[in-house]
Amino acid sequence: MLTAIIQRLAQMVFVMFGISALVFLIFFATPGADPAARIAGRNAAQETVEAIRHDFGFDRPLPVQYGIMMKRLFISRDLTSFVNRGLQVVPQVLAAAPITLSLVCGAAVLWVVGGIAVGVLAALTRDTIIDKALMMLALIGVSMPVFWFGEMMNLVSQSRFHDTWLFSWVPGLGYKSLWTDPWGWFKTLVIPWFTLAALYIGIYGRVLRANLVEAYQEDFIRTARAKGLSPARVMVRHALRVSLIPFVTMFGLDFGVLVGGAALLTEVVFGLNGVGRLTYQALLSLDLPMILATVMYASFFVVVTNALVDMLYVLIDPRVRKS
Amino acid sequence: MSATAPPRPLLAATDLTKHFTVGKTFWPGSGRTLRAVEDVSLEVFPGETLGLVGESGSGKSTLGRCLTRLYTLTAGRLLFDGRDISAAKERALKPVRLNMQMIFQDPSASLNPRRRVRDIVGDVLHVHKIRPAAAIEDRLAELMGLVGLGGDYLDRYPHEFSGGQRQRIGIARALAVEPKLIVADEPVSALDVSVQAQIVNLFNELQERLHLTYVFIAHDLAVVRQVSTRVAVMYLGSIVETGETDALYSRPAHPYTEALLSAIPQPGRRARGNRILLEGELPSPLDPPRGCKFSTRCRYAQARCRTDRPAPTAIAGGSRTVACHFPLVAGA
Amino acid sequence: MPAPQTPPATPPARAPLLDVANLSVSFASDRGRVKAIDDVSFTVQEGEILSIVGESGSGKTVTLLSLLGLNDPRTTFVDGSVLFRGQRILEMSDRQMRRIRGKDIGLISQDPMTALTPVYTIGWQIVEQIRAHERIAKAAARKRAIDLLAEVGFANPAEAVDRYPHQLSGGMRQRALIALALSCNPALLVADEPTTALDVTVQAQVLDLLLRLRDDFGSAIILITHDMGVVSEVADRVHVMYAGRIVERGTTDAVFADPQHPYTWGLLASIPPLHGARQARLRSIPGLPPTADGIPAGCGFAPRCRFAFDACAARPPDRRGDSHSAMCFLDPSDRERLRSEMLERERPA
Repeated sequence: MLTAIIQRLAQMVFVMFGISALVFLIFFATPGADPAARIAGRNAAQETVEAIRHDFGFDRPLPVQYGIMMKRLFISRDLTSFVNRGLQVVPQVLAAAPITLSLVCGAAVLWVVGGIAVGVLAALTRDTIIDKALMMLALIGVSMPVFWFGEMMNLVSQSRFHDTWLFSWVPGLGYKSLWTDPWGWFKTLVIPWFTLAALYIGIYGRVLRANLVEAYQEDFIRTARAKGLSPARVMVRHALRVSLIPFVTMFGLDFGVLVGGAALLTEVVFGLNGVGRLTYQALLSLDLPMILATVMYASFFVVVTNALVDMLYVLIDPRVRKS
Repeated sequence: MSATAPPRPLLAATDLTKHFTVGKTFWPGSGRTLRAVEDVSLEVFPGETLGLVGESGSGKSTLGRCLTRLYTLTAGRLLFDGRDISAAKERALKPVRLNMQMIFQDPSASLNPRRRVRDIVGDVLHVHKIRPAAAIEDRLAELMGLVGLGGDYLDRYPHEFSGGQRQRIGIARALAVEPKLIVADEPVSALDVSVQAQIVNLFNELQERLHLTYVFIAHDLAVVRQVSTRVAVMYLGSIVETGETDALYSRPAHPYTEALLSAIPQPGRRARGNRILLEGELPSPLDPPRGCKFSTRCRYAQARCRTDRPAPTAIAGGSRTVACHFPLVAGA
Repeated sequence: MPAPQTPPATPPARAPLLDVANLSVSFASDRGRVKAIDDVSFTVQEGEILSIVGESGSGKTVTLLSLLGLNDPRTTFVDGSVLFRGQRILEMSDRQMRRIRGKDIGLISQDPMTALTPVYTIGWQIVEQIRAHERIAKAAARKRAIDLLAEVGFANPAEAVDRYPHQLSGGMRQRALIALALSCNPALLVADEPTTALDVTVQAQVLDLLLRLRDDFGSAIILITHDMGVVSEVADRVHVMYAGRIVERGTTDAVFADPQHPYTWGLLASIPPLHGARQARLRSIPGLPPTADGIPAGCGFAPRCRFAFDACAARPPDRRGDSHSAMCFLDPSDRERLRSEMLERERPA
C-alpha cells in the first residue's frame, strides 16, 4: 500500500515536471518568440532588450533558464510578472485559488446530487413521460451556453426581479471570503453554483441514465431481483453502485479541469476573480511567468484529482485491488 | 496416412513456448511470467485434421495463435511447409498467411457489422490480387456456393444472418485466399446442436473437396472426435497426449484424458457411478506444479510425479505419445 | 384465458409443487405482438428434477422468467395460470411475489461470470438475500452463509465468504451462485443452463452437487438446458421445447429410449457420439429454427420436418395427461419405422 502511494506520488511529480518543461519550452524556446522583446515592450531600444535579457537570464542556456524559473516559482516564490513589473505571481494565484475552489466545489456538490437524482429517476421511469421530460431538460442544460445562462440569471436576479421577494437577498456581483463572511460567501455563490452545475447535471444525468439502463440488462441485476429484493434496493445497492464507477472517472476529470481554470466563463460572468480569469488575462498580455504559474497550478489539480480518483477506485471497485 | 514414405509435415512445431508477463508496472523486472504454452511439439500432416482439445486455461487458443504466428513466439521452432517461420517478420509472413488462415469462435464478433458480405469476403481478393478484378465476382459466387450460401446473400450485412450462417461467412472469408491450412478456434461452440452438426459436416466436405488441412481447436470432445484424424490433449500449457482419434478415445493413455472423457455426459446413458470426478481446481499457469502438471489432481499420482516432469514418450508402436510416468496404455 | 379456478384452501395431498397451465407469453415488438411461448403446460412434483430442453429461441428461458415474474411487465404479456403450492403467482402483486422469489423459488443463472454483483463479497450477497426474507442478525446470517458455502463444496468457506466474485474461478462462482439460490432453503430451484459456461470436468462436479443437494435439501429443480447429455444424466422427466411449444414430454428414460417427435429424433441424431463407430456425416436437421415472429400456425416444426404432410398445417394435439407424448400428427404405430427410416436414409453409403 505504502509503495503504491509513493509510486503514485513519484508519477505525479514526473507528470508535473513534464508539463512545466513543455509550457516553458512553448513560451520561451519557440523561435520568434523572444521573451526579452516581449517584456521590453514595443519600440524598445536594442540596449534595453539586451539589458532585460541579461537581467532575466535569457542569455543563459535553456536548462539553466528553466531551473531559475522553477526556483523562483516554487522555492523563493518571488517570480514577478513581465507585464506588471514588480507584481509577484505566486500571491496572485494564491489569492485567486480559494475563489475558484469555492465556486467549483459548491457546483460539484450540486451537480453530483442533481446528476444522480436525474439519472436514477429517469432510469426508474424509463420510456415514460417523466423520463422523456427529464432527458429533455438535461439536454437543455447541456446546450445552454454558460455565458448566456449566467447573464440571464444576473439579469433576473440582479435587476429585473431584484426587488421582488424572490431575489431581494441576492448580493451584488463579486466574491466574499468564507472566513470573514460565511453567509455572504454563500449568498454570492448560490447563483454561480447553479449556473455552472446546470451543464454538468445535464451531462451526468444523461450518462448515468444510460449506464443504469445498461446495468439493468446485466445478469447480476436479474440475480438481485430473483433474490426477492425491493426495487429500491436493486437500484441503489446493485445498479447504481456499479454504475458509479464510470461516474467517478468522469467526475475526477471534470473537477480537476474546472478547478484548474476551466470555469472561466462563469467567473467572468459573475465577476469572480478566480484562476480562470487570471489565466485569461495573462494570456491576453502574454504574461509568461503568470501563464507558467497558472498552468502549473491547473496541472497540479488535474494530477491531484486524478490520483484521488484512482484511490477512490480502489475503495469502490474491488476488481482493481491487488489480490 | 498411406503406407508409403512418411510425408513431410505441413506444420511442425518443436518446443514451442509462449510466455506472457502479467502485472507489469513502471519498474523494470516487475511482473510475473504466465506460462501459457510450454515446450509444445507437434506435427500436422497434409490432408489430416489435428484436433486440439483442452479445458479453458489449457492454452489451446494461445497455441493456435502461435501456430499461425498471430503471436510472436517466446521460444521454439515452427516450420510451415519446410520453411522456418519461428522468428519471421510481418513482411516475410505475408505469403505464409495466404496459406494459413484462422477461423474464430464468435462469428458475430469477427465480422465487421458495417460491411456487406461482399466486402468482408472480397477484401482479401482485392488486397492480395489473387484474381484479376474481373474474375472476383465469379470467385465470390463460387465461395458462397462452397459454404452453402446463395450468391444473393452477398449484399447483406452480418446482422441479417443467423449464427450458423455467420460462421459460414467466416469460413468463406478464410477460404478466399485458397489456404492449405486452416486453424479453427472453437468454430462451432457458439452454435446450437442442430446447426453445429451442419457446420461440422461442412468442415468435412470442404476438406474432401479442397484437400485442406485443419487444426481444429475445441473443448467439446465429441465434436473433435467427429472431425479429427488425430487428437492432441492439452492441460495447463502442455500437450499431455497425442494419438489417432479412435485409439485415443477408446483407450486413453493419460489419466487426464481418461478423466476428461469420463466427465462428458452422454445422451441415453445414466451411468453416473463410474465417473471420475477431478478434485480441486486447475492450478495457476503463473505457478504450475513442479513435477507433472496434472499430479495435483491425478488419482494415480506417486512421489515421482510430483518431482519429475514427464517428457512426451512414444507408445503403442510410435503412433501415440503420452507425457506420463505411468501411462494407462502399455509402452512401445 | 381459461376460467380462473379458485385455489383450494389446503392443497390436496398429491398436488404438484408447481402447476403451469396454458402459459402463453408474448412480447410487444415493432411488428405487433410476437408470441414467444404458446400454450405451454407442465407440472413439477416436490423433489423431482424436470428438464426443459431446447435450442436458443425455443422459449425455455422466457418460460423460466415468467415463473419468477421477472419479465418486463411493460413489454411482456403473460396469459394462463401458474400455481405454486396452490397459490396463483401470476396474479400476485409485486410485493407478494417478492416474498416468494428467493425464498421459495431460487434462481441459478447461466453465466457465473456475470451473475454476481462484482463489487460485493459473495458472503455479503448471500447475507443480503437471507436478511431480505428473515429477521436474523447479521452475524447469524453470515454464519449461515459460511455453512452454505461449505455445503456447496468450498474447501475453506470461512475465507471464501469474504472473497469477491472476480477472485474465484468459474466453477467456484457457480457454486457460490448455487449457495445463494439455496440460502433460504427454497422448495423449487430454477437452473438456467447452470453448466453451459463451465468446462466438462467442472460441469461434472456441479451436476454432482445439484443431485446431492436435491437429496439433502429436497428441492425440486427445473433444469433448463440445451445439452441432451446433461438431461440424460440428471433429469427425472424431460420436456422438449421447440418454437415456443413443448413438443415432447416424458420420463427421461422413455424419451431417450423411444423418442416420439421428429424434432427429438433430429436433435438426438445431430449429437456426435463419443463411443462406437464414427459417422462420416452427422445427421443434422436441415434449415433453421423459426424466429418468434415466424412461427407457423400449425406444427412449428413442419417446415423442417421430412415427414410433414397435409394435417401438419393444423395445430397438433397436445396429450398432456399421458406419461409420454409428442405433439405430432404421425401415427404412433408408424413412428418407430419412420425414425429408423430417417436414420437409415441419412447414413451415407
